[in-house]
Amino acid sequence: MNEKPKFDLERLRAILAGKRGREYWRSLEDLAGSPEFEEVLHREFPRQASEWPAEDAAGRRHFLKMMGASLGLAGLAACTRQPTEHIVPYVRQPEGLIPGRPQFYATAHTVGGLATGLLVESHQGRPTKAEGNPEHPASLGACDAFSQASVLQLYDPDRSQALRYNGEIRSWGAFETEIRKAMALQRASGGAGLRILTGAVTSPTLGDQMQQLLSELPRAKWHRWEPAGDHAARAGAMLAFGQPLNVYYDLRNADVVVALDSDLLASGPASLRYARQFAERRRTVSGQPGMNRLYVLEPMPTPTGATADHRLPARAADIEPFTVHLAAAVGVQIGNAGTVEHPEWQKWLPALADDLRAHRGRSLVVAGDQQPPAVHALAHAINQALGNVGSTVFYSDPVEVDPVDHLASIKELAADLDTGSVKLLLILGCNPVYTAPADLNLRERIQRAQFRVHLGLYDDETAEVCQWQLPESHYLEAWGDARAFDGTASIIQPLILPLYRSRSIYEVVGLLEATPRLEGRDIVRSYWNRQRPGADFERFWRRAVHDGVVPGTALPTRTAEVRYGWSGTPPERGGFEIIFRPDPAVHDGSFANLGWLQELPKPVTKLTWDNAAVMSPATANVLRVENGRMVELDHRGRKVRAPVFIQPGHADGCVTVHLGYGRKRGGRVAAGAGFDAYALRTSGALWNDFGLNVRDTGGSYELATTQGQHVLDARRTIIRHADINSYLADPESAIQDTAPPRELFMYPEVKYEGYAWGMAIDMSVCTGCSACVVACQAENNIPVVGKDQTARGRAMHWIRIDTYYQGSLANPELFHQPMLCQHCETAPCELVCPVAATAHSSEGLNDMVYNRCVGTRYCSNNCPYKVRRFNFLQYSDQTTPSLKLLRNPDVTVRTRGVMEKCTYCVQRIQQAKIQAEKENRKVRDGDIQTACQAACPTEAIVFGDINDPNSRVARLKNEQRNYGVLADLNTRPRTTYLATLKNPNPAIEAT
Amino acid sequence: MAEEKQVMDVHKGPSPVISPGYTFGTITDQISSVVLTRQTPVFWLAIFSVAVTLLLVFLGAITLLLARGVGIWGIQMPVAWGFAITNFVWWIGIGHAGTLISAILLLLNQTWRNSINRFAEAMTLFAVACAGLFPLLHMGRPWLFYWMLPYPNTMGLMPQFRSPLVWDVFAVTTYALVSLVFWYLGLLPDLATLRDRTKNRFGRAVYGVMAMGWRGASRHWNIYETASLLLAGLATPLVLSVHTVVSFDFTIAIVPGWHSTFFPPYFVAGAIYSGFAMVLVLAIPLRRVYGLEGLITQRHLDNAAKIMLATGLIVAYAYIMETFMAWYSGSTYEMSIMWQRMTGPYAGAYWALILCNVVLLQSLWFKKVRSNTLLLFLVSLVVLIGMWLERFVIIVSSLAQDFLQSSWRTFSPTLWDWATYFGTIGLFLFLFFLFIRLLPMISIFEVRMLVPEARVEEEASK
Repeated sequence: MNEKPKFDLERLRAILAGKRGREYWRSLEDLAGSPEFEEVLHREFPRQASEWPAEDAAGRRHFLKMMGASLGLAGLAACTRQPTEHIVPYVRQPEGLIPGRPQFYATAHTVGGLATGLLVESHQGRPTKAEGNPEHPASLGACDAFSQASVLQLYDPDRSQALRYNGEIRSWGAFETEIRKAMALQRASGGAGLRILTGAVTSPTLGDQMQQLLSELPRAKWHRWEPAGDHAARAGAMLAFGQPLNVYYDLRNADVVVALDSDLLASGPASLRYARQFAERRRTVSGQPGMNRLYVLEPMPTPTGATADHRLPARAADIEPFTVHLAAAVGVQIGNAGTVEHPEWQKWLPALADDLRAHRGRSLVVAGDQQPPAVHALAHAINQALGNVGSTVFYSDPVEVDPVDHLASIKELAADLDTGSVKLLLILGCNPVYTAPADLNLRERIQRAQFRVHLGLYDDETAEVCQWQLPESHYLEAWGDARAFDGTASIIQPLILPLYRSRSIYEVVGLLEATPRLEGRDIVRSYWNRQRPGADFERFWRRAVHDGVVPGTALPTRTAEVRYGWSGTPPERGGFEIIFRPDPAVHDGSFANLGWLQELPKPVTKLTWDNAAVMSPATANVLRVENGRMVELDHRGRKVRAPVFIQPGHADGCVTVHLGYGRKRGGRVAAGAGFDAYALRTSGALWNDFGLNVRDTGGSYELATTQGQHVLDARRTIIRHADINSYLADPESAIQDTAPPRELFMYPEVKYEGYAWGMAIDMSVCTGCSACVVACQAENNIPVVGKDQTARGRAMHWIRIDTYYQGSLANPELFHQPMLCQHCETAPCELVCPVAATAHSSEGLNDMVYNRCVGTRYCSNNCPYKVRRFNFLQYSDQTTPSLKLLRNPDVTVRTRGVMEKCTYCVQRIQQAKIQAEKENRKVRDGDIQTACQAACPTEAIVFGDINDPNSRVARLKNEQRNYGVLADLNTRPRTTYLATLKNPNPAIEAT
Repeated sequence: MAEEKQVMDVHKGPSPVISPGYTFGTITDQISSVVLTRQTPVFWLAIFSVAVTLLLVFLGAITLLLARGVGIWGIQMPVAWGFAITNFVWWIGIGHAGTLISAILLLLNQTWRNSINRFAEAMTLFAVACAGLFPLLHMGRPWLFYWMLPYPNTMGLMPQFRSPLVWDVFAVTTYALVSLVFWYLGLLPDLATLRDRTKNRFGRAVYGVMAMGWRGASRHWNIYETASLLLAGLATPLVLSVHTVVSFDFTIAIVPGWHSTFFPPYFVAGAIYSGFAMVLVLAIPLRRVYGLEGLITQRHLDNAAKIMLATGLIVAYAYIMETFMAWYSGSTYEMSIMWQRMTGPYAGAYWALILCNVVLLQSLWFKKVRSNTLLLFLVSLVVLIGMWLERFVIIVSSLAQDFLQSSWRTFSPTLWDWATYFGTIGLFLFLFFLFIRLLPMISIFEVRMLVPEARVEEEASK
């Protein structure tokens, strides 16, 4: 166009005149394509000033015109950044979008680089809740606590919100200029001074980017450090096979599972899948035999240990000798294993070996990620000797891109930093100053690099020592990809534009490339386009993004022969053993700023907001310390003060400390919680070591636990349990129902016509992993109350996992029981409310009317299950803007002075009912999944209509082992439990 | 000397209701002088300043409470009721003595009550006022307290009448109203006396208005006597019903340690027990300071002590029954709760209450103790503490360790729990000491009826 383009306001007005609502926006959008509009956009910001005529002849008129145009375009102006990335383009109403109804998008969350597929719920463009992606192999529809809480991370007000240079806010442009200069220098020397440090990377795109970069700059180095990674498993595979094979399992085929210090059911990248498979073999419907059997050896009780049929506490270093004996007993050629001295082992080993040999090809031995390589190698040997490979055990190439030994890698970086050869150091998406082994002293060493860049979600310990602090985009804000435990790739799809001016790791690495690439979507898409060139790429891409898995990307299984001839190095014994473990709630510390996880009662210990020096009662007795006593942990000269937590069932002579606490920076929630166990962790002993001295300092510390450790009182109808054989032989006497007969009721029976909602929870398969607790918190806008309030007994969780102990303090049996509102048909709470704020619905729900509640708390007193939660103070954060986006709009945000409790996710029930009504049908079984049920990896929680005899819940309630907790009170709970069944080995049981 | 002997012979039994030598005039002088002429004693100033200090603490505590919520207290899950309800039951119990003395003893024609009924009634009123605050303050959203009342509203919502808390609202408000009316009615003749005697114009105006035109006409007396009897008849069932209804708060619930049928008599006895203890705690120092030993005599103290002993024994029996029933019920939960009370985290409080309410009480069997005012004062104080502990143990220990072990958690009060509790003691003392400064603390006209002169006609008619 030659003539001076001018925005024709008159034309726009003419077009828009008479258009309404949707049409109006359509028209605006059509206009968006026109050259005039382009020009307006073009002029929108920088050159806008030139629009004002020099001599202001008709100032007012012109001003009004401009104002009119600005108003008219306000809707579009807000979207100026959108056309390049079609995330939730509200300019064009997405297909199927109904305002008020959430949409679900597939994406994936990574922990330690490995992906779990998710379907994330989006309300009007705001991601609010993560659910598992049933098509993703690591999720199978379930969702762990980390993924649930990752949505909170997106809105975390403590996230890095601006790019900073030594603490001062700078623009990305400023950084780009500087990094280009620095890269130009590096290019001259082939990248001799360039070092990039990341966590474990499974992303094919990022891997490709890095390989590309390294091939351009051959002298540059890419270091990896994943503090809680599976280093030992990889080293074990090297030992056994001579190559770093990836191992995964299929528990569906395993009749006998031996977990050697492995919490395979509740932690690790495939734990959701393993838990699901384990449960499939655990569930006994209508008394069919075929239940699997689980043996666990571990120092610290985990959900896996609590689920086990046989659990033996053992120090971490004792696992290896045990495994040697076990290997010898099942016929692995490893020479003389020596004599077994431990009396429990003498009992266990022959029984265990017999059991394994009796189930050749249908058994499984799993070594924990924190066990030394030799144990992994032995486990491989045992599995091979038992013929389990190909049935329960599978090998594949490593999932990680360019698998290196992380410890060697970070050590090499430390050495290079010493020599001064590191000029440009980029630390991308990890926090090595906090997580690296203490002896490497990276805090000092990193500062020897001249140009230091840190990309991270938080202004953490590493950001503190880097000049350039780049805000990283959350995974729900940026495109990416990642592989799952078996190699299956997922496209990480963003659901929202970055809340702040942040970039993803792909975009930052893109900046380093010879021709910088800025758009994360292009980077990821172009990588996959190169993998699948051709006309149907668009279809492939849409399919992959939509499904959340890229078809056919699982790595092919491999076969490998175990090579013998290795030997473990027996540790120097002496003193107590110190055992490091990733924390079940905050993992390696990367989730430390998430209140949901900090306040999540950790499985088994029920500890919140802190880590502790966990030890057995006997060890505490030796040390003469009690719970909460401050002790000084002195591990080979490195000292840390920590509170004692006494855990029945913990192995004697050792102290477990969990990583991830004692943060100095990285958010207000993280800072100040717990003590830093990394300060004791050296490259010589990443997971366990002897030589720990524990000194009582005399001080005490308040630990906030949500419940005490209670020995199960068998006279109370709380937990019912039996072993499978006695149950099958005589179900009625094994598990008795104590509910009084219905005929004894004095009042007229209430008839529930139509729906009657109910829930059944199978305690046989509940591992106590606590994913449901966080899922419920996310779904129901449950506030975080903080450590002080938790310690006072005011945590707000609507569902909790009760843990009971039975047997000796040294090795008790543990029982988990998810406890939530039981929706009693004769609910004691309803009777006593003076204002009828809690009432019964015609479908049997015990409804809570928040705005009627005056807060007498009488209902809670009269609730035998104590599942009601009271807002003693104003707990919901109603001021932080970003947290407002997080709320589920379908659930009321409660205020101070109001009682609340589980509603059976009534919002989901209503939605399903409305849908069913529109389709002129009844709600089908499975239409409604409560949040806890949806998250549960073992499908222990089943919800549905008990009036429908064919519903899953009705069938479960017909099982003989179905019983109501405290049913003897005649509360008639709608939530019932299926008694715990265990499958002990008679050979061990007998003695 | 001979004359004195004669008097003793006349009475022959217990010591007299009022000391000999009083005439209509001296009674009126002595009682009204406290209000009208005498210098305010240091004792009054001292206690009143303590009361005002505590009252300020109370105002501070409830300001914070209303600003932040009940979370400033130590209550939690499972112990969602703590000090507030304990204090409520304690105060309402104390509030029983006044009406019992004025109404039931009036009906039973116990004339000795005449010299203590006025301040006992005042005490009742102020104790009920303190008690009434707690159910309001303990609510999560106290500004919605009126939802507990049945009033016509656009939502057509009524209170939920199955809830004992609603019954409480009715029971306590009725009791407070009837007590107030009864007390005020009894004040009328004395207000008129003050009106007539005061030399202060302002005082004359105020007392005049309050006396509502009482002239002491026989028609007035006639109506007064009828109204007084009627009100006494109305108040009598209330004495029994209020604490019965309060005990329903617990018995209706299924909480072990609460759910039992003998709570109503147990609570009523406990209420009278603590009420008389409070009467003694107030009366003993007051008669000393104001020289009222002649009006509130050893006989009164002795009678009150005996009532305490009797009701205390009923309470002791209730403790035994409570334990027995826990065992006899065969219920795991009931047995466990009793066992936990005796040996668990609240064992200290439990045994302290047994000591206070049962063991030390037995000293009242001895006349020496009953006639020693200091000892009697101390025993009464101990009973008040014991009765507070009893309510605390019933409420808190039952909630702390009920059905599901997983939710067990012990309660520990915060600074603000104590501040609110002592604050209401401040409020009580503040009101009570204002009362004894501004109104006749002993019913002038009723005491006059005890003087031999008053019986002239009676005896003449015989």
